[in-house]
Amino acid sequence: MTRTRQWLYAWLLLAPAMSLLALFTHYPAVANLWHSFYSTPKGARPAVWVGADNYVQLAEDPIFWKALVNNFGYALGTIPASIALALLMAMWVHGKVAGRGFLRLAYFTPTILPMIAVANIWLFFYTPEYGLLEQFTKGLGFASHNWLGSQSTALACLMLVTVWKEAGFFMIFYLAALQSMSPHLAEAAAIEGASRWYFFRRVTFPLLMPVTLFVLVNAVINAFRLVDHIVVMTRGGPDNATALLLYYIYEIGFRFWDSAYAAALTMVLLVILGLAALFQFVVLEKRTHYQ
Amino acid sequence: MSAIVVEGASKHWTTSDGQVRAVDRVSFALDEGTLNVLLGPSGCGKSTTLRLIAGLEIADEGAIRIGGRDVTRLPPAERNIAMVFQSYALFPHLTVAENSLFGLRVRKVPAAECESRLKDTADLLGLSALLNRKPGQLSGGQQQRVALGRAIIARAPVCLMDEPLSNLDAQLRAEMRQEIRALQKKLGITMVYVTHDQVEAMSMADRVILLDGGRIEQNGAPVDLYESPANAFVARFIGTPPMNLLKLVAGAGGAVVDGTDGPAMTPADGAGGWIGVRPEHIRFAPGRGLPAIVDSVEYLGGDSLVMTHAGRARVAVRVAGAVAFRHGDAIGLEWPAGALHRFSADGVRHAPSGQTSGATAYV
Repeated sequence: MTRTRQWLYAWLLLAPAMSLLALFTHYPAVANLWHSFYSTPKGARPAVWVGADNYVQLAEDPIFWKALVNNFGYALGTIPASIALALLMAMWVHGKVAGRGFLRLAYFTPTILPMIAVANIWLFFYTPEYGLLEQFTKGLGFASHNWLGSQSTALACLMLVTVWKEAGFFMIFYLAALQSMSPHLAEAAAIEGASRWYFFRRVTFPLLMPVTLFVLVNAVINAFRLVDHIVVMTRGGPDNATALLLYYIYEIGFRFWDSAYAAALTMVLLVILGLAALFQFVVLEKRTHYQ
Repeated sequence: MSAIVVEGASKHWTTSDGQVRAVDRVSFALDEGTLNVLLGPSGCGKSTTLRLIAGLEIADEGAIRIGGRDVTRLPPAERNIAMVFQSYALFPHLTVAENSLFGLRVRKVPAAECESRLKDTADLLGLSALLNRKPGQLSGGQQQRVALGRAIIARAPVCLMDEPLSNLDAQLRAEMRQEIRALQKKLGITMVYVTHDQVEAMSMADRVILLDGGRIEQNGAPVDLYESPANAFVARFIGTPPMNLLKLVAGAGGAVVDGTDGPAMTPADGAGGWIGVRPEHIRFAPGRGLPAIVDSVEYLGGDSLVMTHAGRARVAVRVAGAVAFRHGDAIGLEWPAGALHRFSADGVRHAPSGQTSGATAYV
């Protein structure tokens, strides 16, 4: 094959994926950056160049800061917990427990249920007076508490739903990795007298690093793009206690129709996700062993 | 004193088709500083027996003693053994040095001691240049060496090997065979070595224990298994190609090979049983001996394998160099009296070789 034809084939093979990526990912991202420097067009008034005005507004917007802090808190509260729980459950159902097929299915259920249905079920759990949680705590003699209606507990309640939902999903990846691991490794370690914890720390966990990295990337992305739970359960309230970045962007962009400001907020989200990805792929990648 | 004693050890598995006896009341004693091979076809229980000694499986009945100590119920770590796995079981994310030191680190051996032992082991196995590599960057033979290094660095008196060479190519296998044997002698380790390859067993072992269906068929020196197989199974297993077994029936003047008119192979009491002759002990004798017809000839370079049949029995003959036989040629087969083995109808060895009937000094 000549060089030109090789070149042609290469581009032809790359073209479908590349055009989709360019059309729906790269172009919108660049267009978004562009729009964030313009004002929002309103009726007869077209968009005009406003420079960094939208970003200045952003820096002075207390709700944005609140959403940002909420979002980092939410990420810190859900990611390590769901990953640790996923690993723990995977180790458990990987071992020889009775009915493990059923257990595996049970843990995966949160992932296959539709989000809105899940959110509604949890809404019932948290409902004051007659919700499941209230019935339980009242039975134990605690005072009634409006879990989703109180600023101090609303975000934690959402975090709990997320951990419950994500852990089962992540578990599947851990389980697959554990099952592809040679049982002889554990036997070799057993002959050397390694305790289960030592073996986990020195062998299992390092060998699971590729999965952990993958799961971590997914968890971070999920943490910053959560909308559905909030829409169903709290709508960002009370007093923005559960407002997260993407939900705030959604409100600004599609309820208040301030598309220019929403574009500026989106840029912040993109930068955060970009930095997270960069850290994961540059720093953690180096410490990860791929087989 | 015996280094390892296995007494009536059994192991069953419960499967969907009922109970399978992987190891069925197996007993043997292995001497200190010897290399012992557990040999047999797949599923014969040799690996399970090894895992019982290692403590990776616990025997359902029977007892196992290592160095005079009853270890039947002890976990692997307390048995003072090392083990090399068929898959090598190297930790893929650790370097050669870290892999080798894994066990010493677990046992909290001081760093200086680790360092000197690592150096000794690496020198012994020629791994010094590879200490900072990971298993994925090594060839199969090098990985095998690392696995060996990890086993001997602990200086355990007993080393168990589960088909350690089966993932290597033929040439490397021959080299490693010699190397493992030399290492075992040099360090005075008691080694239990599992293989399905009789060449490994015959060339390396002080003692071969041949298993089938979870039971011991024969336990002895390689030369015993070759020269006086205890039964038809051993005869059919040892040797490439294995011993020819010819069914005898009553005929003129004694027992003759099934489907022939003679000559008599044994006295009449041999009828219903078998005689065995190794292919390499048979010679062609035109017009004499057992009449046979040539089926095919395989030229192997140094020697040739001539497949023949005599009556209903198939007889392989190995002769030096090339031969000019063709399909359908009629020939005579003969062998020295000492080369004849007799087995009863149920396959048990009838009498020691060379002490068969005087009438069959030469067939």
